[in-house]
Amino acid sequence: MSRYFTQDHEWVDVDGDVGTVGISEYAQSQLGDVVFVEVPEAGKQLTKGADAAVVESVKAASDVYSPVSGTVIEGNAALADDSSLVNSDAEAAGWFFKLTLSDPSELDSLMDEAAYAAFVEGL
Amino acid sequence: MSINQSGWRPTAPEQGKGNVPASVTGNKALMLEEALIFEIGDSHTTGVDFADTPARATTSKLGALARKAPIGLPGLSEPETVRHYTRLSRQNYGIDLGFFPLGSCTMKHNPRLNEKMARLPGFSDVHPLQPVDTVQGALEVIHQLAHWLVTLTGMTSVAMSPKAGAHGELCGILAIRAALEAKGEGHRKVILVPESAHGTNPATAAFAGYGVEDIPATAEGRVDTAALKARLGPDVAGVMITNPNTCGLFERDMREISDAVHAAGGFVYCDGANFNAIVGRVRPGDLGIDAMHINLHKTFSTPHGGGGPGSGPVVFSAALTPYAPLPFVEKQDGQFVLVEEETAGEHHAGSFGRMVAFHGQMGMFTRALTYILSHGADGLRQVSEDAVLNANYILRSLDDTLDAPFGPSGPCMHEALFSDSGLADGFSTIDVAKGLIDEGFHPMTMYFPLVVHGAMLVEPTETESKAALDQFIAALRSVAERAKAGDPSLKTAPHFAPRARLDETLAARKPVLVWKDPAPLAQAAE
Amino acid sequence: MRYLPLTQPDREAMLAVIGAATIDDLFVDVPEAARLDGPVRDLPMHASEMAVERHMSFLAKKNLTAGEAPFFLGCGAYKHHVPASVDHLIQRGEFLTAYTPYQPEIAQGTLQMLFEFQTQVARLLGTDVANASMYDGSTACWEAIVMARRITKRGKAILSAGLHPHYVSVSNTMAKFTGDVLDTTDPRLVPEMDLDRLIAKIDDDTSCVVVQYPDILGRIADLRPLADACHAKKALLIAVVTEPVALGAITSPGEMDADIVVGEGQSLGVGLQFGGPYVGLFGCKDKYVRQMPGRLCGETVDADGRRGFVLTLSTREQHIRREKATSNICTNSGLCALAFSIHMTLLGEAGLRELAEINHAGAVAASERLSQIPGVELINDSFFNEFTLKLPVEARPVVRTLADRGILAGVSLGRLYPGKDDLANGLVVAVTETTTAEDVETLASALQEILA
Repeated sequence: MSRYFTQDHEWVDVDGDVGTVGISEYAQSQLGDVVFVEVPEAGKQLTKGADAAVVESVKAASDVYSPVSGTVIEGNAALADDSSLVNSDAEAAGWFFKLTLSDPSELDSLMDEAAYAAFVEGL
Repeated sequence: MSINQSGWRPTAPEQGKGNVPASVTGNKALMLEEALIFEIGDSHTTGVDFADTPARATTSKLGALARKAPIGLPGLSEPETVRHYTRLSRQNYGIDLGFFPLGSCTMKHNPRLNEKMARLPGFSDVHPLQPVDTVQGALEVIHQLAHWLVTLTGMTSVAMSPKAGAHGELCGILAIRAALEAKGEGHRKVILVPESAHGTNPATAAFAGYGVEDIPATAEGRVDTAALKARLGPDVAGVMITNPNTCGLFERDMREISDAVHAAGGFVYCDGANFNAIVGRVRPGDLGIDAMHINLHKTFSTPHGGGGPGSGPVVFSAALTPYAPLPFVEKQDGQFVLVEEETAGEHHAGSFGRMVAFHGQMGMFTRALTYILSHGADGLRQVSEDAVLNANYILRSLDDTLDAPFGPSGPCMHEALFSDSGLADGFSTIDVAKGLIDEGFHPMTMYFPLVVHGAMLVEPTETESKAALDQFIAALRSVAERAKAGDPSLKTAPHFAPRARLDETLAARKPVLVWKDPAPLAQAAE
Repeated sequence: MRYLPLTQPDREAMLAVIGAATIDDLFVDVPEAARLDGPVRDLPMHASEMAVERHMSFLAKKNLTAGEAPFFLGCGAYKHHVPASVDHLIQRGEFLTAYTPYQPEIAQGTLQMLFEFQTQVARLLGTDVANASMYDGSTACWEAIVMARRITKRGKAILSAGLHPHYVSVSNTMAKFTGDVLDTTDPRLVPEMDLDRLIAKIDDDTSCVVVQYPDILGRIADLRPLADACHAKKALLIAVVTEPVALGAITSPGEMDADIVVGEGQSLGVGLQFGGPYVGLFGCKDKYVRQMPGRLCGETVDADGRRGFVLTLSTREQHIRREKATSNICTNSGLCALAFSIHMTLLGEAGLRELAEINHAGAVAASERLSQIPGVELINDSFFNEFTLKLPVEARPVVRTLADRGILAGVSLGRLYPGKDDLANGLVVAVTETTTAEDVETLASALQEILA
């Protein structure tokens, strides 16, 4: 399994043709206390870069874009009850949704962990 | 240093109070706690009485819809009601209590003559659909106020009906869209908005169906005229500019910008939130503006009321006048008439329609006209002069303590802008703001405009005395010094307010928006 | 000038601190061509309090007030008795001169009041939640239509013929720009509301049905079948209440499963004021709360663990979301909401229901008396405090003639629907607790005389 990042601070873990998407540790630290997350429903078709989810903190509401194209398998229901998971565990339990990748070659344009760390460093 | 105007001195050391037990009631002398009406009222109590043997319908015409279930509304007797709301009121800050330097909001004194005039039955007790012959005086108020607004701004017409500033913005943008469509220019889909704009500007443009593009600011805090001109083109419907802008500066290039926008086929919308800085000294019409809303609750002293009602008439240039919304008041043959859908006729046929039921915020019109007549043309000019003088006095009295990013650019208009630069690590604008609360002031506008880091926008208005300004300057200096020194007590301020800092995260994560009766004990125990 | 505290020596001392020679130096950024060299021309100079009062009183006296005439107007604005303490309390400076409560530590008064208001409104409308108010009923109605579009992601709204024509007009104006499709039609002078027409029109593209209750002609009907029909097609039912006192006597729209209920709150606490400021009411089901427009107040705790209130879910609003905000509205109608809430607290459940009963009784009696006039026909089978009469002649000139006699007889449908011949004879008559039996008799005999 490998992890990729976008310049908009989403991450995607890929296992076979299934991707799990969330926002980065850096993104959650910038947002502050997350108070609400809206995740996509199963079956929704997403294209790379499209609005996929919404994350709201006390001070900002942001759209989360899909890092890759595909069909949503499930949204993280746990976030509806406890949006603070995004703050406490952004890159694991705070995942947003899983999808079936329709075009794995899209991953080539994303950053790996080291490249993303360098990208954040430069912000 | 702080100035103690009251002359009060503590008679005993403050720390001696540590041994005093908390009161049983939670009250602290004049600081009174008050429960919710749902906790103190009940469904049988009423503070209103009716005739002893009120009429009962001979035959009900309600049919099966007659109410059966209780609504769940608690009532209080009149004495309890008066006390409940009086106690609540005392947990609020207001202009009547003290200095309210909220930038971009123009919290000036609200004259009580305005309130008295608005309550004359001839204005407060007339129905909007009465035959126009029976409301000539009400229509004349609207007509007179309209005349003042048009003359003070140097514009051609005014739409009176918008209910508030943001509603006025929408009115202006819709008129622009209607005008473009009438000219076959409906393909223009972009509104340019400077970065420093009020958040309502892009929201309004988007609501009206436009794409929004940001225009950068220059290092000295003004619109980057070159960047704006470079972006103009056949897809640009117009620009929304605030002048004076939210950095407290006059847009020197306004006329040049207007001319360029017009030459490129677009229109110029001016956010008039800051009209108080220039009323009586500058007419926006002379700067090439096509539409501008006027917040009667800012420049013209109608009360803010804890968040409305406002009123946002929009003045229009000749080019946009045909597209202004209904209704209008016009004088025809000595009679005032209400021009509505029925009589829009030839010269209002292009109107983009109606924005509200009835005719706008009449109660605010009477207040604003009362204020305007009180000041007159000469007094209004003095208003902007004193407002600008007060702001510059604050700017120059504090720029040795606080960072004033645009201070070197020259004088400000009616608001002074500072940043959080120079505060100790971990300290920000909010800590200064909360510290000011303990000093007895309402905080300034925080974190706006967005173009300045940790912005503190101070608008004193013209209704503050020099003594009040001096006291505020001393207090802000003291709080700023504490923030620069990293005084930890600021992080938990306010300490003397009715409440300490409130948990906004909890409120947003698990919203509790209505009172829910507590579960009966038996149920709760399960 | 009485509102300006600076003295000339103050001004000079302050200019010295600033380092400016004259006030003009502070306006250097204004291009020369745009600077006025003196007061704006052709306008009067300042005036004393006494002079201004004289001027305004002179204008006020030119109006015929509701209180000095037999008065029967409604159609979205109603004359009710407002207890004296309401107006006293809203004029307390800490309410009147406060700002929007963005600094909650020093705004608990406004915030607690809003929390109480939201609860009162939600209970009255029969919804789970309500917001801290909107501009007025007409704008609340449009915001509800937009909210339904956001929720259903569909763009067609079906408006009842009984919806206030100004509300329809506002919605039409806005829809022209947003691209929403509105299905509208004029009412007919028949006893029934147009629920069957609405039900027949709902399809898979319908975002919502908007129905007024009681409607513009005063008619009421059970909304449950309409709600069911909406929900069967995954559309929302929006109900509009322009006379909230009615809900003291009849089942609320929320109790009949409406998804969004909006209203005009003017009847309680606010007064007629020639059309504004009024207060928009807005309630909905819990599940839609994050799509709701307008400000919301929520309960929380402070750092010491004490209960307190804050504005919440504000990321929906324009000052944070900018172009992605749920609406561009950034004001509620705070002081009118306060007046509404105080009046409601004074009434309580018992008072509101009594008030509603008195209104209904008066309206029934008036309808019986007026429909005895030869040629005058009562349209409604059902109504609360407002009903529609069909006169044998056009109602508009009759209303004008009666006004000349000092009687404000009601709202002619010719005023609301100009040019619609089949509605021209309609007269909508409202009766409240302020209407006396003598008022009704005065109207009845004058009307009879004119029609004879």
